[in-house]
Amino acid sequence: MKRWMKYIRPYRSAFILGPLCMIVEVLGEVLMPKFYAMIVGNVKLELGGGRGSIAYVVGVAALMVLTALLMMAGGIGGAYFGAKASVNFASDLRMDIYKKIQKFSFANIDRFQTSSLITRLTNDVTQLQNFVNMLLRMFLRTPGMLIGALVMSILISPQLALILAVSIPLLLLLLLFVVKVGFPRFTAMQGKIDALNNTVGENLTNIRVVKSFVREDHEIDKFNVANGDLKEAALAAMNVMIFIQPIMMLIMNLTTLAVIFFGGRMVVLDGFPIEDFTALLTYITQILMSLMMITMLFMVTSRAIASAGRITEVLDEKLDLDDENAKEKDRRVTRGEIEFRHVGFRYYKNSPDEVLSDIDFTIHAGETFGIVGGTGSGKSTLVSLIPRLYDVDGGQVCIDGVDVRDYSLAHLRDGIGMVLQKNLLFCDTVEGNLRWGDETASAEALTAAAEAAQADNFIRTMAGGYAADIERGGANVSGGQKQRLCIARALLKRPKILILDDSTSAVDTATEAKIRETFRTSLKDSTKIIIAQRITSVMDADRILVLDDGKIAGLGTHDELLANCPAYKEICTLQFEGKEEAQNG
Amino acid sequence: MANRTLEDLQKRYNSFGQKENTPRRGMMGGPGPRRGMQNMSVSKPKGQTGRIIRRLLVYIGAYKYLILLALLFLITASLASSYASYLLRPIVNKIVEDGTPTAAKLAYILSTVLKLLGIYCIAIAAQYLQSKIMLIISNKAVEKLRSDLFVKVQKLPIRFFDNESHGEIMSRFTNDVDNISVMMDQTLTSLVSGTLMLLTTLGLMFYTNWQLSLITVVFTPLFLKGSGFVAKYSRKYYSGQQAALGAVNGYIEESVSGQKVVKVFNHEDICNEEFAMLNDDLRKKQIKAQFYGGIMGPIMGNLGQISYAVTAGVGGVLCLAEGFDIGGLTIFVNYARQFARPINEVAMQMSTVFSALAGAERVFDLLDRDEERDGENAEVLPTLTGNVRLDNVTFGYTKERTILHHISLYAKPGQKIAFVGSTGAGKTTVTNLLNRFYDIDEGEITIDGKNIRDIDLHTLRKNIAMVLQDTHLFTGTIMENIRYGRPDATDEEVVAAAVTASADSFIRRLSDGYNTVITGDGESLSQGQRQLLNIARAAISKAPILILDEATSSVDTRTERHIEHGMSRLMQNRTTFVIAHRLSTVRNADAIMVLEKGEIIERGTHDDLLALGGRYYELYTGKTELD
Repeated sequence: MKRWMKYIRPYRSAFILGPLCMIVEVLGEVLMPKFYAMIVGNVKLELGGGRGSIAYVVGVAALMVLTALLMMAGGIGGAYFGAKASVNFASDLRMDIYKKIQKFSFANIDRFQTSSLITRLTNDVTQLQNFVNMLLRMFLRTPGMLIGALVMSILISPQLALILAVSIPLLLLLLLFVVKVGFPRFTAMQGKIDALNNTVGENLTNIRVVKSFVREDHEIDKFNVANGDLKEAALAAMNVMIFIQPIMMLIMNLTTLAVIFFGGRMVVLDGFPIEDFTALLTYITQILMSLMMITMLFMVTSRAIASAGRITEVLDEKLDLDDENAKEKDRRVTRGEIEFRHVGFRYYKNSPDEVLSDIDFTIHAGETFGIVGGTGSGKSTLVSLIPRLYDVDGGQVCIDGVDVRDYSLAHLRDGIGMVLQKNLLFCDTVEGNLRWGDETASAEALTAAAEAAQADNFIRTMAGGYAADIERGGANVSGGQKQRLCIARALLKRPKILILDDSTSAVDTATEAKIRETFRTSLKDSTKIIIAQRITSVMDADRILVLDDGKIAGLGTHDELLANCPAYKEICTLQFEGKEEAQNG
Repeated sequence: MANRTLEDLQKRYNSFGQKENTPRRGMMGGPGPRRGMQNMSVSKPKGQTGRIIRRLLVYIGAYKYLILLALLFLITASLASSYASYLLRPIVNKIVEDGTPTAAKLAYILSTVLKLLGIYCIAIAAQYLQSKIMLIISNKAVEKLRSDLFVKVQKLPIRFFDNESHGEIMSRFTNDVDNISVMMDQTLTSLVSGTLMLLTTLGLMFYTNWQLSLITVVFTPLFLKGSGFVAKYSRKYYSGQQAALGAVNGYIEESVSGQKVVKVFNHEDICNEEFAMLNDDLRKKQIKAQFYGGIMGPIMGNLGQISYAVTAGVGGVLCLAEGFDIGGLTIFVNYARQFARPINEVAMQMSTVFSALAGAERVFDLLDRDEERDGENAEVLPTLTGNVRLDNVTFGYTKERTILHHISLYAKPGQKIAFVGSTGAGKTTVTNLLNRFYDIDEGEITIDGKNIRDIDLHTLRKNIAMVLQDTHLFTGTIMENIRYGRPDATDEEVVAAAVTASADSFIRRLSDGYNTVITGDGESLSQGQRQLLNIARAAISKAPILILDEATSSVDTRTERHIEHGMSRLMQNRTTFVIAHRLSTVRNADAIMVLEKGEIIERGTHDDLLALGGRYYELYTGKTELD
């Protein structure tokens, strides 16, 4: 509860005034039947031969109209404060979750998966918002009406109110049934909805595979199972509601009948006032209606609790990587020398298998450094330790002689330009995307970076050039063009350390060679780390690191490695045998 | 610090939710104008709404007798409860009646209570049966609709998926179908019971006291005006809210998916700022929308209370002046108070109807899209031999931009044809034409001498196995994923295919071997391992034509060397089209096509091309200066 106070406190006036307005409406609702009874009472005087007063009747009616107007004002006020409180609550909460995610480390993100983070930010927050709105408008109103009507009934006739002592516990039992049986079924239905969505989502992602293997029928079968499951689950859940509805109606109607029967007898035998009798009937209806409403509120509440739990998970997630304890927060990367000191790393902290073990070497400032190795040998993992995308489990990574954990994260990452293997462009202009590297770059700097990444040419052929829009997910550029834009974006940072993680795989050899050529001239002072599959991409590097199964298998220049690293030699032979033939022949 | 304005952000991210609004009729042949949520409140042409409703009715048409039965129950229930409410009048009157002996009064009360009990039981039973029938019908109809939608999606051409975002298509399965389901389940019955209740209440009111009824008649336009007024505003602000919500969700989707890039570029603060702008805009609009949406209830409800008050006052005066009976007054004021409810209910249902119709329109729009079609003379053929010929083929994804110009080539069964060339030269495009992912604009593609348009689409694709550039796996076991290539393959054949693709050794090292379940898109496997599984999936297929599009780009050279044997076995007796950056993988091809800007600029064997000393030679020796 303490957590949510943060989102309630700034809007406490709305949180208090909302329910107060609703109480006005409830009071009116409880008083109205009483007023009506006063009119009937007056009319009865006339019937009894006394003197009924038209002025009195009109007066009471005017009072009723006034009450109704007050109720309307209360209702509108309740809607206003409810909207204000719930929307502000949700907006602040959404902002906080978003900010929290911005602080997540890569490991945090991996743990949640992006799709689930998105649902939590959207659906779950909306779910809570609706709940808060309902809470403010209904949760006081319904029990208020229940209690008010109950009090009035007891005041009118304690004996007749006893009938409620039978029906209310029965209705509460039904309530319990809904919570016990209904809620799990609604949860199950939600699960089936997720399953159906997953099936459709996977099918859409894989549609080319489906079509090329002509497996549409198989996919349809798979979908129909999920679809049928969902239908069954929905029916099971709704059946609970449909089942209790008539039982509730029955209890309500029996209660009314009992009141008519016993009340009627009391009027006839004991002179119980007829106006009280009719008022009581109205109150009984109000009581039973509010009990039914409470059942519905329970359903909403249980769903909101589930959402709140999922949101709490995000907000409570322990950030496993921050710069709170950094010792030299003002330090910036100046030279770009990188040392790995006996580094060990695991993705799963409780698994004994190390992805990297005892990695120990230095990359000199300004060096062009290649990394090669087999699939899954740990190349990407190794470089992601430099900008602290993950933290080491053993040993340390130092830049310019200082542990990366002693830099502020902002300064550390500002000094490093990294092009990820799985890269992304955003919904913005080409220029807007490149400017991620540097907000304030001049137009010349922008063009220069694009030229260096061999992107300038094709950007100019796009309609609008640098102002051309990149579609969602970079759909309107080819894979190779996307990679080149991502490189340009990183270059614009003018980083002291540039890391390319297999970032030219979709770029053809010739263009790639040109990109490497410009590195040599325009990025002379920066440390350049290149991960590649193709030996040609790294063979002219100053030094090359060969990784094998998370361990260093060799380190040196191309020629040195050819001479003393069997693993490297093997890769080269495989990739070059053709070429040498060609040159000899 | 944030570099984009609110307007700019909204323009970009709001389009996430309504991309389909941009008319693409020329290309997809979609019928009529498409509208999004934004426009749903605007009255649409009558004919179209009628058409949508008729199509929806088709889905419940099969149950028309059941629906009639449900309606019958509904009418029974409504009439029974109206009658029950009326019975209170004689009871009250009898009780206050002078001169009737007490015993007679008590007997009357008892008999009426028993009568009421019977009526209530009928009403409840009818109500229950009605709900149950409608629940089953609506769920079945919606299941059918979702199924139709999915079947349709399977038949749509690749172009459709290029243009439509996944989120967009998914939201038809969930949001749109849900809205329709709510309408089928509730609206139909609510409309009928609301109207019925309105009519019977009005009838009983006039029957009870026509003078008092006039008060209600005077109030009715007020009710209608009130609900119309509120509805107008709430719709207006609702669409504003939806637009803002779309932008917020779009921004979330993109920036959270790209969170790793955000971190690498230290872009967190800018994201926070931009998000705050969108979030605050949503906040402002949502407060308005929620407010106007929230006052409908109180306004309508309390208009009812006012009408109740006025009726009670006038009724009281009538009792005094004209001798109107108390029982009549009691039920009359009850009627007056609940009179607003059916109007309110119908008014509320209208918004459900609007969103359901908007959803139905989007669903039907998808159902109306052009499907992939077989040619008119398409034949189902037995296995092809793999004689592939492209004759003067020209193709562009859009009319304006031609990607391939006059491509001609010929592959004999069992031959290996390689495509090399720079990014964007059109290599992948060529292979996408063979299996008719896209249809060509000019020229002809034949397999075994038959135009591929004249071959049944399933026959055609079953004869072409593909390993695609993007590696896609399905949720399920490794075994199931490999078997995807040929459903009737035995376990042994699956293992053999894995061995061919050199995937066997890493699979055996997984926790459950071949029964290891991979989730999502195989995130737990490395890119290279996923490619190996893709190759195994193609290897198990018996298709005579094989397309390898960068099939081993993420596999390291050593592993690639390992699978070379397997690969050559795989390619044996199959016509193979290979696309690769690594030229070592294409060296032994029967013919190499060098593609540049959509044209074949060189062709021949490895030796021919080296001797030619052209671009291939430059590419191969690394002396390339092309782009």
